[in-house]
Amino acid sequence: MSDKKIIPAPLANEGLPPDERGLFCDAAPREYEPARGIMEDFANWARSESLWILGFGTGCGAIELRPLMTSRFDMYRYGIQPRPTPRQSSVFVIGGYASVKTLKRIVRSYEQMMGPKFVVALGSCTINGGMYWDSYNTIKRIDQYIPVDVYITGCMPRPEALLAGFQELKKIIRAGRAEGQNEYARNFEWFKANQKKVIKDWNMPDYNW
Amino acid sequence: MNELAKELAARYGARDWHDRRGDLSSTVVDPIRLHDTLAWLKDSAGYAHLSFATAVDNIERGVFTLTYTVRNHEQGHSLMVHADVDRANPVVDSIHLLWGQGWTYQREMKEWFGIDFPGSPRVDEEFVLEGWEGPPMMRRDFDSLAYSDATYEGRPGRVTHDPATRMQERLYPEAGK
Repeated sequence: MSDKKIIPAPLANEGLPPDERGLFCDAAPREYEPARGIMEDFANWARSESLWILGFGTGCGAIELRPLMTSRFDMYRYGIQPRPTPRQSSVFVIGGYASVKTLKRIVRSYEQMMGPKFVVALGSCTINGGMYWDSYNTIKRIDQYIPVDVYITGCMPRPEALLAGFQELKKIIRAGRAEGQNEYARNFEWFKANQKKVIKDWNMPDYNW
Repeated sequence: MNELAKELAARYGARDWHDRRGDLSSTVVDPIRLHDTLAWLKDSAGYAHLSFATAVDNIERGVFTLTYTVRNHEQGHSLMVHADVDRANPVVDSIHLLWGQGWTYQREMKEWFGIDFPGSPRVDEEFVLEGWEGPPMMRRDFDSLAYSDATYEGRPGRVTHDPATRMQERLYPEAGK
């Protein structure tokens, strides 16, 4: 038996009141097990050609998604379209800076997304804090809290840069190298410890599934 | 000095009347008379609209300067009422019974500056921050950079230049030599 098959201990969900703990998932996320050979290639092709992004603008960078939706840049021609709920989306676009208050919603939304899921982080703020490098309430790098597949630099990045980033994401998915979700499952305790370090009023399940 | 300035000075000891624009003036009262001044302005002088209330941390003088902006829509005139409260013991009368929206401003000032307004509804609840455990962050002695460095993980390799010296070096390299 490989290590992967060992079932980890259930999550404590200590942030919830005792009578609500049973209502939520207490299992940690597991790694995705790919199908064999050509089936996985086919699945990766399908995933890369229908990127459904979560319509949750977490920061000012989300304004750059609006031109993408309209006719000038038209992301629909690449199979990219926004979805209203995390359950229906496969790509989470972190739109720039994330305050601690937003980070809580980011974590919750990311965990509620169904796999396979990918994260595109746009703007300097997600990479090293950008202009919010000395802010009391804004995290400096998003990859401490959720895994990131593609970064797009700029403040703000132009819509062309976003399209290039999505093309890069497609290439990564086609090659089967979009490991963000597995990384999250492998390092779940590390991510969770980082999240709980900055989100002081943790009042949600440990894994929001 | 106009009639209103004289009236306020006589009734509440208001001082330092200053016409900032044609439609905007300011005056200073003692914090103990703040509530009475605003009540009189609202009920008798036609300044019925509280358009803004905030605080400024004047750490050099050891005070928070509270600013209430009230407006008389009939005369088209706004009046800013300032009051200095002691930084060491910032407690001020609540005005939520004069203007219903007052408690929102007061909740904001409680969270951001730590100024207390006893009796104001929900004044102790968190306003824009969630789970904040540090000191009130808009006080000027709060070191935002030190807090950020201690709390949030940074990415190594970041270089920050002072804009003035950086541009001087790039545009006029000979001047620095």
